[in-house]
Amino acid sequence: MANVLVNAPKTAKKGDTVEIKALIMHPMETGFRPGANGRIIPRNIVEEFSATWNGREVFRMKMSPAIAANPFVSFFTAATESGTIVLRWSGDEGFVAEHRIAITVT
Amino acid sequence: MIRLRLAVALAGVFCASLAVAQATDPRRSGYLEMGPALQKMQDDDTANPAMLFVQAGAATWAEKVGTAGKSCADCHGDAAVSMRGVAARYPAVTPPLDRPVDLGRRINLCRTTHQQAPALEAEGNDLLALSAFVTLQSRGLPIAPPEDSKLAAMQAQGADLYKRRQGQLNLSCASCHDDNAGRKLAGATIPQAHPTGYPIYRLEWQALGSLKRRLRNCLVGMRAEPWEEGAAEYLALEAYLMDRARGMPLDAPGVRP
Repeated sequence: MANVLVNAPKTAKKGDTVEIKALIMHPMETGFRPGANGRIIPRNIVEEFSATWNGREVFRMKMSPAIAANPFVSFFTAATESGTIVLRWSGDEGFVAEHRIAITVT
Repeated sequence: MIRLRLAVALAGVFCASLAVAQATDPRRSGYLEMGPALQKMQDDDTANPAMLFVQAGAATWAEKVGTAGKSCADCHGDAAVSMRGVAARYPAVTPPLDRPVDLGRRINLCRTTHQQAPALEAEGNDLLALSAFVTLQSRGLPIAPPEDSKLAAMQAQGADLYKRRQGQLNLSCASCHDDNAGRKLAGATIPQAHPTGYPIYRLEWQALGSLKRRLRNCLVGMRAEPWEEGAAEYLALEAYLMDRARGMPLDAPGVRP
């Protein structure tokens, strides 16, 4: 399991805007760099990051090789209902990581 | 009650004098030379990328390894208690050796002697992560190298190296970090070179790195030949720099540009 650091509120008022910040450990190898042996190191990046709130997608982004290692993503969404926000990263070499956030909306 | 009041008053005076001492101290850490955005990044434990490594280091701390089948925690218990202030003292003389070693070497000594496990690769991610986890336990504490004759000899050697001109540009560490600190080298502010934040997450590296890596960077920058891996010069400079930063609070694991 990849190392993930997430900063999100535990509670929110209905209709409020909440900020979710997520940091994940990943080399984001571009696929353009030669290694110590002179051969190109194969590309290994996170291709997609998405967030679903009780199954409904609220955020999605495509990542590119130009994004630095250990990508940090921050986004805003409206608090709708109590439940679980699932953050999901997927990428090259079968990389998948998930992080669940429980949030109470009042 | 009067005693308590006196104690509170004395504590107040002490804190105020400490604040004055900090305000009048001409030394500035690399943290203070950064812009507010990077300072915020370092201060927020969920935005500081070094904390990812701390997380990995915490896992290593609790992992049973080696033929002894012991984890760091089995001997040292809660790191928040046992490791508090440790990183602020190193490099230091440590048994069973009779000479100063840095924190990474100390961790590897534990691994090879007590855990009977292979040493972690010097400056590899695993050792850096565990070092970062241990160093975090000293965050905010003043740098306090121990008084020790062997360490003092090494600090003196480091002080010589710091002032020695070397490389094609004929610069010493002091040429930049004493004589021109606070001025610009291209777009970057030259810091006073106080190692308060190591291991640091340097954005240029996109990785966690040791003070040795930073020293190698500087050596290459001044077109000098970097010392070979494990050379005594790195340790001597590190010992001197820690002594030079004595009393400054550790802000590790730091973020640097």
